[in-house]
Amino acid sequence: MKNSLKLLASLAVTLGLGLMPQARAADTIGFVYVSPVGDAGWTAQHDMARKEMEKAMAGKVTTKFVENVPEGPDSERVIREFAQNGAKVIFTTSFGFMNPTEKIAKLYPNIVFMHATGYKSNDSNFGNYNARFYEGRYLNGVIAGKMTKSNILGYVAAFPIPEVIMGINAFTRGAKSVNPKAEVRVIWVNSWFDPGKEKQAAETLISQNADVLTHHTDSTAVVQAAEAKKIYAFSYHSDMSKYAPHAQLSGTVHEWGKYYTNAVNQILAGRGKPANVWGGMKEGMIRIAPMSSAVPKDVQTMVTGLADKIKAGTFHPFTGPVVDQDGKTRIPAGTTISDGDLNSMNYYVEGVASKYPSN
Amino acid sequence: MIALQLRESPSKQMVWLSPVIALALTLVICPLIFAALGKDPWQGFAVFFLNPFSSAYNLGEMMLKATPLMLIGLGLSIGFRCNVWNIGAEGQYLAGAAAATWVAISFAPMGGGVSLVMMGLAGMVGGMAWAAIPAFLRSHFNANEILVSLMLVYVADLGVSWLVQTPWRDPAGFNFPQTIQFADGFMLPVMFNGLRVTWVFPLAVILLGVAHVFMRHSYLGFQMRVAGQSEAAARYAGFSLHKTIWVGLLSGGAMAGLAGMAEIAGPVGQLTDKISVGYGFTAIIVAFIGRLNPIGIFLGSLLMAAFSLGGEQVQQYLGLTSSIAKAFQGLLLLLLLGCDVLINWKIKLKSS
Repeated sequence: MKNSLKLLASLAVTLGLGLMPQARAADTIGFVYVSPVGDAGWTAQHDMARKEMEKAMAGKVTTKFVENVPEGPDSERVIREFAQNGAKVIFTTSFGFMNPTEKIAKLYPNIVFMHATGYKSNDSNFGNYNARFYEGRYLNGVIAGKMTKSNILGYVAAFPIPEVIMGINAFTRGAKSVNPKAEVRVIWVNSWFDPGKEKQAAETLISQNADVLTHHTDSTAVVQAAEAKKIYAFSYHSDMSKYAPHAQLSGTVHEWGKYYTNAVNQILAGRGKPANVWGGMKEGMIRIAPMSSAVPKDVQTMVTGLADKIKAGTFHPFTGPVVDQDGKTRIPAGTTISDGDLNSMNYYVEGVASKYPSN
Repeated sequence: MIALQLRESPSKQMVWLSPVIALALTLVICPLIFAALGKDPWQGFAVFFLNPFSSAYNLGEMMLKATPLMLIGLGLSIGFRCNVWNIGAEGQYLAGAAAATWVAISFAPMGGGVSLVMMGLAGMVGGMAWAAIPAFLRSHFNANEILVSLMLVYVADLGVSWLVQTPWRDPAGFNFPQTIQFADGFMLPVMFNGLRVTWVFPLAVILLGVAHVFMRHSYLGFQMRVAGQSEAAARYAGFSLHKTIWVGLLSGGAMAGLAGMAEIAGPVGQLTDKISVGYGFTAIIVAFIGRLNPIGIFLGSLLMAAFSLGGEQVQQYLGLTSSIAKAFQGLLLLLLLGCDVLINWKIKLKSS
């Protein structure tokens, strides 16, 4: 009897703990991730940044995250649960969380919701942030154009959405800028994370004579395939030199840590929600992975110089003329592409040898 | 010594007791698993099993999540009763969602729920059309419906992906693979303000009753039950096996298609390439845990929904991985199979 009472009491207490808002000593910051954290990849970079922010704000915040949340109706419940339990700021880090985040933001006007990679926001408590991944891609393309012997570059990609198309086009323009004979071949795997399919796609590209690979998917399979076949590769999301010490020439690396620290600081200081941001190398949200010793010194110098110009705002990878693969001029000479045109990009530039998927 | 002895006839009590015993054993074993993972077992138990029941919102979410499982489980159970193994309900769910989307993006909203009825009917027709492929191939060429229906899931998935990337893509959506968000007239009303569960939940409960009357009290239902118990007997009685194949697959397709419609016109509000989350497969577990019986399917779908909510809760509050919900679902199914031995066998204590 006594024991069962104790049990009931402990149940009540634990249940209460589960449901009550956390103590107010430190503010809770919630993160909703689309995939498991892992050591490398999209979510890994966000999680590293979460820890960096927590360290920078030591004592002032505690962070919580939920990983592997499917981009559907379930995500709305997870986001709401954070809001219900007193989180001050909630970051949702995948495109498919946009509409659910918007809905919950309406219900909780005193909590700030920041969504990565989407295009919706409001004036008070719902904002978005993203990085100009294409800047790193262009620089990787320049290196690829210099290093290829076969002039065939392979690209393993997930889904034909603007963010991915933009990366393919930037990489291609980078390569063509130094090597007019270079061409890019794309294989779609229709999945963000499928190491088996990614590896197969990489091997298909290698069998078509590609000698430099890159990818816009979430695993390390492509750089590992390049390492195994003794060709070159660029990593994406993370620095993957650990997985491909010889193959990796450089890569495009996401850096969210400074952004998270500044955003949380601003919100907790009562200065409102951060403005929508699409930050690049200048803002420190993107960098290229250190170039390996296989990249000749003169190429390294050239790439570093270009990177400085991008940071200074004197060079944009999509400065006209931007010509698509059918020969149509999309951006005339002398003008730079607008952010709106970048965000709705639905064509390949000249130099991509594969056919655009939806046509 | 303990030995198993064959019963003279299958135990009627054990048919119902077995899932209860399996659930009880799961509840006993789960705290041990939490302890093994280094968490307070009682806290783990409370967060996983009690939090889903702890507020009106959570109960509403449980009903919302149970709705597609209940509908699909019900449709599948009709086929399973007559040995028609439709494993591809996920594909029929997607086909139904696509057909219902066609209504929502092609017509102007009409008053009085007409739009929703049209969407629901379109969803059912879409699901049935997808299920008709394995039905036709099985009844005409004796092709295995398990393989055909399963393979068609992948076809449906790629089909939906193509639809949202090409002809139905939201022109204002920055090329992301999704349709426009549906107008209000194409959205299912919620049962209670502030909750997400829609009126499809009570509809699913009513349909469970209808299915029960059909299987128990109609001549066709009788034919199907006979066919399930003995094909030879059914053939000898002159019952059409083709008919049972068609009814078995089409009922699964219709319910899965309706579930797809309820999802896109309910919590999602648009068609995207992310709407397939495995309800068609989880519903197979629901049908079996529920003993292919309406009351069982009702309880089984709520239980599976509670498990997936519990899985999210242990992640959010205890930092455990959400796969734990799958582990518990698997554990429950395994224990159920174990307990089912007692339907045909009994435990006897023998002195050696």
